[in-house]
Amino acid sequence: MSQTTAPAASSSPPAPPVTHKDGRTNQRSLGRRLLARPEVGALIAAIGVYLFFFAAAPSFRETSALATVLYQASVMGIMALPVALLMIGGEFDLSAGVAVTTSALTAAILSFQLSMNVWTGVFLALIVSLAVGAFNGWLLIKTRLPSFLVTLASFLILQGANLAVTKIFTGNVASDSIADMDGFDQAKKVFASEFSIGGVNFKITIVYWLIFAAIATWILLRTKFGNWIFAVGGSKDSARAVGVPVNFTKIALFMGVGACAWFVGMHLLFSFNTVQSGEGVGSEFLYIIAAVIGGCLLTGGYGSAIGSVIGAFIFGMVSQGIVYANWNPDWFKAFLGVMLLVAALVNLWVRRQATRR
Amino acid sequence: MNRTFLPRSSRIAAVVATAAAAALVLTGCSSSSGGKKSEDEGADASAGKASTPRMTIAMVTHAPSGDTFWDTIRKGAEAAAAKDNVKLIYSNDETAGDQANLVQNAIDQKVDGIAVTLAKPDAMKAVVAKAEAAGIPVVGFNAGLGVWKEQGLLSFFGQDESVSGQALGTKLNSTGAKHAVCVVQAQGDVNLEERCAGVKKTFTGKTETLYVNGTDMPSVKSTITAKLNQDKAIDEVVTLGAPFALTAAQSVSEAGSKAKVATFDLNKDLITAIESGDIQFAVDQQPYLQGYLAVDSMWLFKNNGNYSGGGEQPVLTGPAFVDKSNVEKIAAFAAKGTR
Repeated sequence: MSQTTAPAASSSPPAPPVTHKDGRTNQRSLGRRLLARPEVGALIAAIGVYLFFFAAAPSFRETSALATVLYQASVMGIMALPVALLMIGGEFDLSAGVAVTTSALTAAILSFQLSMNVWTGVFLALIVSLAVGAFNGWLLIKTRLPSFLVTLASFLILQGANLAVTKIFTGNVASDSIADMDGFDQAKKVFASEFSIGGVNFKITIVYWLIFAAIATWILLRTKFGNWIFAVGGSKDSARAVGVPVNFTKIALFMGVGACAWFVGMHLLFSFNTVQSGEGVGSEFLYIIAAVIGGCLLTGGYGSAIGSVIGAFIFGMVSQGIVYANWNPDWFKAFLGVMLLVAALVNLWVRRQATRR
Repeated sequence: MNRTFLPRSSRIAAVVATAAAAALVLTGCSSSSGGKKSEDEGADASAGKASTPRMTIAMVTHAPSGDTFWDTIRKGAEAAAAKDNVKLIYSNDETAGDQANLVQNAIDQKVDGIAVTLAKPDAMKAVVAKAEAAGIPVVGFNAGLGVWKEQGLLSFFGQDESVSGQALGTKLNSTGAKHAVCVVQAQGDVNLEERCAGVKKTFTGKTETLYVNGTDMPSVKSTITAKLNQDKAIDEVVTLGAPFALTAAQSVSEAGSKAKVATFDLNKDLITAIESGDIQFAVDQQPYLQGYLAVDSMWLFKNNGNYSGGGEQPVLTGPAFVDKSNVEKIAAFAAKGTR
């Protein structure tokens, strides 16, 4: 893989000012350049998966089924975005799954215990989530341990704290319902409402997901910070040598995961009124899977935000499609694994085809 | 490359010897007891088939995959579906949000009925209302006794966890236990917590709660062993699932503890353990019955307008105590994994 500090190609390349050619800067054809984008392989895989279930499951063809798939993909995808950025920056976050639950629990418990407007809890939960992200980043830099280890530790800490703290305050393993408190309906409109297109209900998270994806793509491809992400993921020492603030970049990326964990946590809280303290375990791998299907490398320095959107969409299609097709649920996980493997392989193959000289 | 370099003839001899040994193992060493053969000899509870028009019923549970108890529920549901000419779509997810998505998935498929577990009632509320708005009858089973009526479900099949817990606690008083530890295998499950709370309510001795990781049996075993070693006064281990009872029995002998094991729920091996006295008794909520009735009630509702439980009261499937006095009656059915 190239170790460039800039993305391999941007979505709209500037027109070349000079047209004399000496062979060193041969432009590859447009098709070739398009295929070399990290997310194109995933897009081809997504189209394949869609057509497959379109043929295999009649109820998958309905718009309502698409709404269900998109909803599942959006909840996962909102988290897959910052995780993808973090992976491009060369780090993992295994605590991302339980961090969502932590955030939702924080908002629910604080609002309930303080008997205040739920927006207070929402705001305090954001602070807690950002602090968890910052703590992960700070720990990584201070200990110099791999992020896999650091965030594995914070994953376990959060998992235990989720249960213990909830039990201390509520006496139960789930938070108390805050559905009858001030500001709940307002917050529900923001985080967990629905809108209708042609009689089919779509969840608001789908819109947020696409907006966040656009923002993440802009950051990655059009800002200085985006270049820093690629730089620290490609080679930390080289990046530091040319003046990239490595520590700042990494902490900011972890805080980005925290911010999105807060958002998804709020969505879960305001859709379901209560939060189960034991949930979120295992989701962290799904986020990573979505990012990887979308073209992120496990080694860092390469990938895209749009890719993680397509990756989450593939995951949503497969997990709901298996049910729409009425396949035996005993095989569910096996089907899922095979499908994901195929999607990742198609992705790899397309990239190889594209980067051949 | 063959580095051992045997002469050709002896290599052939080796192959022949291996084949002969394998043949011997397969023919001469068949087990005289147990195994598939004896299982197949058991009677099969099957009946004819209804001539009513084909209908589709979705069953959506909060079960982890690969759990004996839930497999028994599914067997009951499948038996009823086979009898009633029903196509059964079973799906499960432990996460509240994903379980709600699966109910939405069933609505998208325009099924004729949905059977759902309400272990996380708040999370299921909106989507259950959606199903009802779409004109799909919904019944609850196993979990959600306190909320099925307010969520507009037709019927509910299951046991009152608190009542069962209290029944177990009362029974422990009569056996003379003094210090019990209640083993919870899945944090976040309101049902399991209710059972322990029920035990605590009626049991006159001391009750402690112990959390274990139910998806990892070795860790369950070592956690219970450690607890028994740490506190020698414990004389009763209460588990909330049959597999955990059997593991707890191992922990008891490992720790050299005097504790007895009582449990909620039942399975094949537990019957043997009750017969042999390793397990004191079990409180059974008859999962097969829950799955069966959930499907069958919707068939009755569609084809004869019946409300099981009258639409007012839940249909209770437990607590049914299983101990040395009645274990023989149940053994044959438990051997098939349906009781």
